[in-house]
Amino acid sequence: MLLNQFLLLAAVLFCIGVYGVLVRKNGMLVLMSIELILNAVNINLVAFGTLTDDVGGAVFALFTIAVAAAEVGIGLAIVLLMYRNRRSIDLSEADLLKG
Amino acid sequence: MTGLLLAEFTTTEKWVVNSFWGVIAAVMVYAALRVVTTKNVVHAALWLVVVLAGVAVQFLFLGAEFVAVTQILVYIGAVIVLFLFGVMLTRASMGDDETVADEKRAMASVVGILLFAVMALALVDSFDDTEITADEPQSVATVSDSIFSQYIVPFEAVSVLLLAALIGAIVVARQD
Repeated sequence: MLLNQFLLLAAVLFCIGVYGVLVRKNGMLVLMSIELILNAVNINLVAFGTLTDDVGGAVFALFTIAVAAAEVGIGLAIVLLMYRNRRSIDLSEADLLKG
Repeated sequence: MTGLLLAEFTTTEKWVVNSFWGVIAAVMVYAALRVVTTKNVVHAALWLVVVLAGVAVQFLFLGAEFVAVTQILVYIGAVIVLFLFGVMLTRASMGDDETVADEKRAMASVVGILLFAVMALALVDSFDDTEITADEPQSVATVSDSIFSQYIVPFEAVSVLLLAALIGAIVVARQD
């Protein structure tokens, strides 16, 4: 198999994730799009690890999974807090810091 | 199990493996598109399950079976449940109240497509015909040896990060 087929698939997933982050207004859906981006990165890490026959790629993919879990935990806590304070998780309404 | 699978791959015809891979990749891309376009939050979470399972299969193709199993356990097992709990607790967002301006949607598509074009050009230019071979899976023993010797410092950093995230999530979401 070609290395590029994995890398291009990861690139497609990454770009779809970026599109989702830009377009979505619901906080939960933005977090899901970020998960897409992180998974694309994981595919790249593992693919390059296999290419160089080094276990480091898999190890760092595991670290990324742990960091992503922490990110989802904190992100959902923030979304929950936002819902509790304003009865809405529409990110376009969260503009208190807008100048 | 992966060892058997990979051994099977090396004996079967190349185009069979490649078309199998292509089907999975197509399903993943379609599911990812549904994640970012569907209006129902629960459906988006369920489409995300399809993408995550597809990523796990990609890890199996690459011979990283431990990462694939972790992907299923942590992502499909824990993260998705967390998402569904989040949807449940913020039920005001269940409906399809997403009204994004067409202009914003178009701009985001342009950004996504341009980004992909740049990345695809760079990738095709750099790794044109580089073959990748995953004849035998990385054993779990190798991965764990590596984590607990060479990568022990990042490992400890990740554990402190997880602890901090745990405490932070409790502090942020606590009712008082």
